[in-house]
Amino acid sequence: MTAVAPASDGRSGRSIPRAARRNHARALSLSAYAFVAPAGLLFLALILLPLITVLILSTTDYTLASIGLSFIGLDNYRTLFTDDGAWRALVNTLTYVGIVVPAAVAIGLLLALLVHRRRRSRRVYEIVFFLPVTSTMVAMAVVWQYLLHGRIGPINAVLSALGLPRVDFLTDPEVALYALAAIGVWQLVGFTMVLFLAGLTAIPKELYEAAALDGADRGFDRFWRISWPLLAPTTLFVAVTTSITAFQVFDTVAVLTQGGPMKATEVLLHTIYLEGFQYFEVGYASALTVVFLLFILAFSLIQIGIVDRRIHYGG
Amino acid sequence: MALVRQEGLEPRSPGGARRRKALLGAAAEHLLLILLAGLVLVPFVWMLATSIKPADQIFGEPLDLLPDRLALAENYGKALFSVPMLGFMLNGLVVVTGILLVQVAVALFAGYALAKLEFRGRGLLFACVVFGLCVPIQVPALPLYLALAELRALDTYFALMVPFFLSVFAIFLFRQFFKGYPDEVIQAARLDGMTEVEVVLRLILPSARPAIAAFAVFSITAHWNDLYWPLIAVNSMERATPPLGMLLFKDSELSADFGALTAGAAIITLPLLVVFMLAQRQFVRGITMTGFK
Repeated sequence: MTAVAPASDGRSGRSIPRAARRNHARALSLSAYAFVAPAGLLFLALILLPLITVLILSTTDYTLASIGLSFIGLDNYRTLFTDDGAWRALVNTLTYVGIVVPAAVAIGLLLALLVHRRRRSRRVYEIVFFLPVTSTMVAMAVVWQYLLHGRIGPINAVLSALGLPRVDFLTDPEVALYALAAIGVWQLVGFTMVLFLAGLTAIPKELYEAAALDGADRGFDRFWRISWPLLAPTTLFVAVTTSITAFQVFDTVAVLTQGGPMKATEVLLHTIYLEGFQYFEVGYASALTVVFLLFILAFSLIQIGIVDRRIHYGG
Repeated sequence: MALVRQEGLEPRSPGGARRRKALLGAAAEHLLLILLAGLVLVPFVWMLATSIKPADQIFGEPLDLLPDRLALAENYGKALFSVPMLGFMLNGLVVVTGILLVQVAVALFAGYALAKLEFRGRGLLFACVVFGLCVPIQVPALPLYLALAELRALDTYFALMVPFFLSVFAIFLFRQFFKGYPDEVIQAARLDGMTEVEVVLRLILPSARPAIAAFAVFSITAHWNDLYWPLIAVNSMERATPPLGMLLFKDSELSADFGALTAGAAIITLPLLVVFMLAQRQFVRGITMTGFK
């Protein structure tokens, strides 16, 4: 390689005059600045300045209807914790995450274990379970609206045929959030499955062979003694990643329930959308946005921690 | 194969019982997988089935999969022409393409500089990229909306695209990818008189095709399917993207016409699903990358 590019060799570099080298370095760092300038400016305009603006607005009483604005300190945050709506939205969001994440992780793991052992049919199953991940959620939510419909829905037709009572999945406040969670699980299992499949592929075959010599060659033994412990970091990672996605639930709520019935499915992002872009309570919506961001950052920090540790193990 | 099976069925052989058990286990696994796959497919099957059924059958016999009378033309006709469905699709195409082109152009150069060039502030910029990965669009949405309203730029293609012009994810991904590119080749090209722009366009860009393809899949899917930002940035049918169009369609006077609604859902979902079937590997890779961002 040194024969091709002698300049990359430190010793032969000495033959180039120092001034020329300095010029060259300066030219390189100039082009570096030119190269990162668009990204840097866009970062300022689209992320950093808006973020600072949100932080500032969250301490004001600004609404789109008002002429001026005044500083009100942490009042918006105080309101947030006493406002039934916002508090309800936070609890609903966490409940949703609490249902969707364990279910999507468990079912995704089961699917991965089953699909991993298939040879010829593996691709077919991967496609099938991944379909919901790629499909447009708004469109599929309309289909779910029909499937779950209280009067004419096929699922209720099945319940009736089995002699069970009908359920108003989307209009019963006791049920609606769970119905949305079920749709969330349906959409996410393909995603968690693929992440687990990657984790399973990384487990060396020799481990299973060694375990078989020790007598652990049955399905459950193999799982408990090898796959499960070695998948633990993957599982944690999948859980956190899924949490970030589930925490941002919005489409199904916007299409199917608009937060109802009786705020039973009011979630954080939907509340932010309503307060900010329907009622134009900009100050209050900003405070809600800050809370939303804090949750996402907390999840992300855990995620980065896991990825770092994983790389150390791997290295 | 036949030999193995015969051996497995041999009642006295010691391995026979175990092998039969393994066969049973495999059968149980297949059954479970088929059952779960069937469950996951239910919405897609019913979407297609309902979209070709006449209204009275949809209300009367929701469990029939086959139509009494083919209502394909009337359902798809309503979906296509009672709202500007093809317009939504065209808007989606424009927005998705515009976003992708700018994202790749910006990230290509920034990713190269972060991977291969030394300059002051590189660490800071990379820290910004990692931080940006943790900030979802809903956070800057409010100030961006206010700014676009101030500029009277709401309800335009520009408003739909601009928040996504910077993909820190693309920068992150490209940087990782370019780090593996041999320095010697770049040095040699510089000695041959290539400028840095030429290095990026003639050496790095061609080598980055797999990374760009994976990112393209991720970006196209994310923005074709996005509802939150279009809901904020646009309020007319003329600029609505497919998800927003679907929402408007659902809230129109056809809100109880599930034949027409499922036809609309099928029209919007199918392009992406067809591409997915054709390029399944790239798709899975592209989308699961979000897990590793």
